[in-house]
Amino acid sequence: MIEFTNVTKSYSVGTHALRGVTMQIEDGEFAFLVGPSGSGKSTIIKLITGELKPTSGTVHVNGYSLERIRKREVPYLRRTVGVVFQDFRLIETKTVYDNVAFAMRAIGARTREIRERVPYILELVGLETKSRRHPTELSGGEQQRLAIARALVNNPSTIIADEPTGNLDPARSYEIMTLLQEINNLGTTMLVVTHERDLVERFSKRVIAINEGVVVHDGMDGYYRL
Amino acid sequence: MKINNLGYLIKEGIRGIFLHGFMSFAAVCVTVACLLIVGTFSSLMYNLSIMVEDLNKTNEIMVYVDENLSDAEARSIGTYINRIENVQQATFVSREQALEDFVAEYGESNIFDGTDASYLRHRFSVTLVDNHLLEETTQAIRGISGVADISAAYELAEGFSTLQDVLQIASVVVVTVLLIVSLLIISNTVKLAMYDRRDEIAVMKMVGATNGFIRLPFVVEGFILGMLGAAVAFAAEWIMYDALVGRINAVDSLKLFSFVPFTQMMLPMVATFAAAGLFVGVVGSWTSIRKFMDV
Repeated sequence: MIEFTNVTKSYSVGTHALRGVTMQIEDGEFAFLVGPSGSGKSTIIKLITGELKPTSGTVHVNGYSLERIRKREVPYLRRTVGVVFQDFRLIETKTVYDNVAFAMRAIGARTREIRERVPYILELVGLETKSRRHPTELSGGEQQRLAIARALVNNPSTIIADEPTGNLDPARSYEIMTLLQEINNLGTTMLVVTHERDLVERFSKRVIAINEGVVVHDGMDGYYRL
Repeated sequence: MKINNLGYLIKEGIRGIFLHGFMSFAAVCVTVACLLIVGTFSSLMYNLSIMVEDLNKTNEIMVYVDENLSDAEARSIGTYINRIENVQQATFVSREQALEDFVAEYGESNIFDGTDASYLRHRFSVTLVDNHLLEETTQAIRGISGVADISAAYELAEGFSTLQDVLQIASVVVVTVLLIVSLLIISNTVKLAMYDRRDEIAVMKMVGATNGFIRLPFVVEGFILGMLGAAVAFAAEWIMYDALVGRINAVDSLKLFSFVPFTQMMLPMVATFAAAGLFVGVVGSWTSIRKFMDV
């Protein structure tokens, strides 16, 4: 569960990125986070992944209180939150298989577990035939599938997708969103940050709209106004 | 850190060396170059200091024995001189031998023709362990009963001592400075290697890798590269030293220079190179990576 209560975040340069944000995303829920550039979306993601601490208010993510989390606890928080980025952030020197296996290695998984889990996840995202390829040999859509596989492999309770379709054409974007919805159907909480109004409206899910650091809309109808 | 990860992390460290071949090559080259400079200068200074020390040991003092003593009494004084702590060796020179030496030295001028040895005194030629203590040692010898006079080249001994001190201080200062400069250069090379892999580190952080998990492959890599650089530098130093000394000895027909064999300096050099390689490899990668861990 993700819970923001009256959260403010100010940067040292004097920017007020968030001004009293309160929201709650329940376990297993699917939500879009929308808003223009500079509205505070990235700050929300950084707060969820423990890259930042709130200036005031409380942030709870999967049992961790982010306002008082210790530095050495952050890796363990991140294991509960898979992150997918617009620019994929794959390790180009590793194969598709190794990019995914690497995430399991990072949490000390045994080789046997990795051998069982990675093919299953690659099959789930439709990359089972490309496990020996390198990321540069994949299309944009496939690279994003690989990034999703990596985010998913450690079975996190939450996935944050930051503009996951920003680099893809409409058909591939739809495929990726469908994949994220399927993963959500398996029980993973999904927060998708996006600019793409068409996709948001097409999937008719909860939409949290943010503007100038304030939540301006939070509804279940798939429509929003900024 | 789980034990089942250890093998993987070490393997990753070794893999990283080949995967980032150019940066690895650059790091080893810089390590070798820096250690070669330090090693060459150190061996040069060591040899110079040995040469000065040897030269210093040829600076003898002459202890003249009271002419009223019998030959046996005169010889027995040697026992007392040798008992003085700083005396390396006291060699008895009879008055007859002294005359022979003078004649041999100034033979062509015939100035000693008709000179009787009884005009001279028995004497001891004394070499010291440490010429810095010449003054104190001559005082001690002067206190021995039967010693009539002492002749010592105080200024020459002081000159040698000063030269030795200067060499010692200069070598410590220069080697320290070279070592620090080398460490900085190597550390920067390691940092460049880290910068090359900042994205990889960011991904590791993002997926929840602990700092230890991220660091270990880099530290293993740094350790191997540092030790490899040290080993190559040591081998190159040995080959260069032997070649250089061989060339100098070949042209030095007057035997003006005497170099110690490389094996005599081998142990301290191995220890220094290994320590420097270990330090720059492990500490360099450990500290350089810190900067990229703050994600």
